[in-house]
Amino acid sequence: MQLIKSDINIDFLGKQKIAYAFSLILIIVSIGSLIIHKGPNYGIDFVGGTLVQIKFSQKVAVSDIRNGLSDIGLKDTSVQGFGQIEDNEYLIRTSSSETMADNLAQVIAKGIEVTTGTLPEIRRVEMVGPQVGKDLKNKALLAIFYSLLFITIYISGRFELKWMLSGVTAGALMAAVYFLSIFNVSMPFLIAAALVVTLAVFWTLKLKYAMGAIVALIHDVLITVGIFSILNLDFSLPIIAALLTIIGYSLNDTIIVFDRIRENVQGAEAKEALPQLFNKSINETMSRTILTSLTTLIVLSALFFLGGEIIHNFAFAMIVGVVIGTYSSVFVASPVVLAAHKKG
Amino acid sequence: MKHFTFRRLFILGIIVAAIICLIPTFFNTWPHKKINLGLDLQGGMHLVLEVQNEKAVEAEIERTVHELKKELRAEGIKHLGISRHKDNTIEAKLQGEESKKGFEKIISEQFANLIIPSPKTIADGFSFTLSLPDEERDRIKKMATEQALETIRNRIDEFGVSEPDIRMQGDDRILIQLPGITDPERAKDLIGKTAQLTFQIVNDDADVANAMKGNPPVGSEILFQNKRDPSTGNVTKIPFLIKQQVLLDGSLLIDARIEFDQFQQPQIGIEFNRKGARIFDRITGENVQKRLAIVLDKTVYSAPVIQDRIAGGKARITGRFTTEEAKDLAIALRAGSLPAPVKIIEERTVGPTLGADSVRMGLLSMVAGGALIILFMMVYYKGAGLIADLALVVNIVLIGGGLAAFGATLTLPGIAGIILTIGMAVDANVIIYERIREELRSGKTALAAVHAGFERATLTILDANVTTLIAAIVLFQFGTGPIRGFALTLGFGIIASLFTALMLSKSIFDLLLRNKKTSTLSI
Repeated sequence: MQLIKSDINIDFLGKQKIAYAFSLILIIVSIGSLIIHKGPNYGIDFVGGTLVQIKFSQKVAVSDIRNGLSDIGLKDTSVQGFGQIEDNEYLIRTSSSETMADNLAQVIAKGIEVTTGTLPEIRRVEMVGPQVGKDLKNKALLAIFYSLLFITIYISGRFELKWMLSGVTAGALMAAVYFLSIFNVSMPFLIAAALVVTLAVFWTLKLKYAMGAIVALIHDVLITVGIFSILNLDFSLPIIAALLTIIGYSLNDTIIVFDRIRENVQGAEAKEALPQLFNKSINETMSRTILTSLTTLIVLSALFFLGGEIIHNFAFAMIVGVVIGTYSSVFVASPVVLAAHKKG
Repeated sequence: MKHFTFRRLFILGIIVAAIICLIPTFFNTWPHKKINLGLDLQGGMHLVLEVQNEKAVEAEIERTVHELKKELRAEGIKHLGISRHKDNTIEAKLQGEESKKGFEKIISEQFANLIIPSPKTIADGFSFTLSLPDEERDRIKKMATEQALETIRNRIDEFGVSEPDIRMQGDDRILIQLPGITDPERAKDLIGKTAQLTFQIVNDDADVANAMKGNPPVGSEILFQNKRDPSTGNVTKIPFLIKQQVLLDGSLLIDARIEFDQFQQPQIGIEFNRKGARIFDRITGENVQKRLAIVLDKTVYSAPVIQDRIAGGKARITGRFTTEEAKDLAIALRAGSLPAPVKIIEERTVGPTLGADSVRMGLLSMVAGGALIILFMMVYYKGAGLIADLALVVNIVLIGGGLAAFGATLTLPGIAGIILTIGMAVDANVIIYERIREELRSGKTALAAVHAGFERATLTILDANVTTLIAAIVLFQFGTGPIRGFALTLGFGIIASLFTALMLSKSIFDLLLRNKKTSTLSI
């Protein structure tokens, strides 16, 4: 059986402009949404607060739950249905983590019982103090930073087979980060700065493939974060795990395509033939690119539809990341390498 | 033709080892290391406490102030006031050269651990600002955390939780994991109780109502007793004017147990050691006809009038407890008081029903995803697909064996990691098979195509997996709890899939092609 015909020949790079426009729109919308929402919609893992998951034995009105909460003097709460409607499950979130923290869940359950007439079962309580939230946020950012750093070093060494240059890149990165950390720059800016430095180093050292891979990486992560922001989904610890996995996994397709491009380019002579060579390489690896993503998407869909509410957003982030990552390995990473080739 | 080459034996050995590691998870056999379920799957409570150990420093300073006053009194040196400042320094004011000399002598001889700067001249004498050296402060803080950890461990042991995990996290945090706990609120109450028991005299010389309005008399403070009306459940607070001097505290207890009075009301019987009994004997003797307040965590429990000197060192704490409250209080008193109050700064509790749901749904999506992949590979690659499917099953066994061998914890994100691995493990096979198909199309024989396919795809597969492995390692390093579980299964999954794709599948192909000498390939 074959999904992708072996003699497939699509002019992928000919559609470069459409792809650039598409990516650009996605990125602008993502950044726009992040600006409007003042950054990602951090969950209680990162800003602190309390989350209580309750389940009723019968149907209740959401307004009764809300009344119960305001009756016990809880302000700043949100009530949200959780899972299937017939489960009668709700998530209650409040920014409070300090007051009444010792038995907030009990207080909430009792308060709701007064207005709804049924005592809900407390299925899950998550309380994160503000300090812990800050710590977790820092750890998450550090994790993102270090995985980007290590992967950058690996890519520059491996794609270009120039480990010396990869050492230079690593050195430049470390120096830049050290320099910035003296000025107490906040973590997100540090990561952004590190990426800019990385791209600049790749550009000056003419590490074309590494640059293509990193551009695609930034593209994938930015759009995934953007889609979460647009849909107003919570940014929690599992989402960070998903992002890091995407960073690692979305490179798989890129590596396959790049390996083939290099194989084909090495045998070629004239520069004019480059776009055709790139197209040929992408076409030759197309079935691989599609199939590997497809198998991953199959299991992620199983997780998304059957895995339950708690793992839902994680599966969603992965699905988005895998789709965007597959797209970018063809339409972002390769054109960037081609552009760099043309420049010299 | 040798069937058992070194490579094949190695592959077989790995698989057998994984199976042996996996067996104890299902049956209780050697090697007895099994996969544990995380709190999010079996239900339980995860707590992070912050020990407010600055309070321990505060207590130490208070104690020093108290002793300093006592020493000065004993030596007959007059002072204009010795007090603790908010920044935990001691200010001592003295009048006249002579008392200054005497003070300096006492300080240097008996309070050598304090930093003593030269005195400042103030309007009516001299002022000393004494402080603890930083190392001393740090030592007190560290000890407070360690002691709190030990005390909490004792309380939890007595409470009866199977396999609790209690450990220090950083300088002032304690991590507590209580799997399968059924009453999280009660456990939190017990863990968080400071259980500071003190005996203090009620100040009956001044009027409580008067003290409530303005400043209470020097050396006294207002503490409350909570009286619960059994019929309405309403709590009223009754103020007491209590002398601040602590005559006796819970550190000299040797026993605390729940008892019942003649009305079957639970109460707590406490017993002091010999030193405590002697002190108790003396203070009751000195304060006959006065009221002795039994104060626990700044709340008055009872304040009976002392009728007579009490020898033997036994006392009772009464106060409308429920049986559970009394039982937990007795545990807390027996285990000792916390050296400083603790605050819960992180809590994650998962009820047992939710945990069971998560296990069920996690397994369901794993089986569904796995079945879909196996079917897909079979349809798409036929015979070669079957080999990939076999490799996939071995892959999952290897992940399980790896988790068990490390005594690792399986969490819900961990299950997600395994599911993800199922999808990614066959990627390696896909890359190899597509390459083989390509080689076949270019006219190679089956054997040559297989060889070229594996050879050319190996480096690509290694590279593609290294980047994901980097992400998994970083996640493991920085992640907490469930996320670590994900990083672990993802990492094991990547290593296992490298093994199954590059070694196991290749061996099977070799075996099939060489034995049958076939020239066709089902791929």
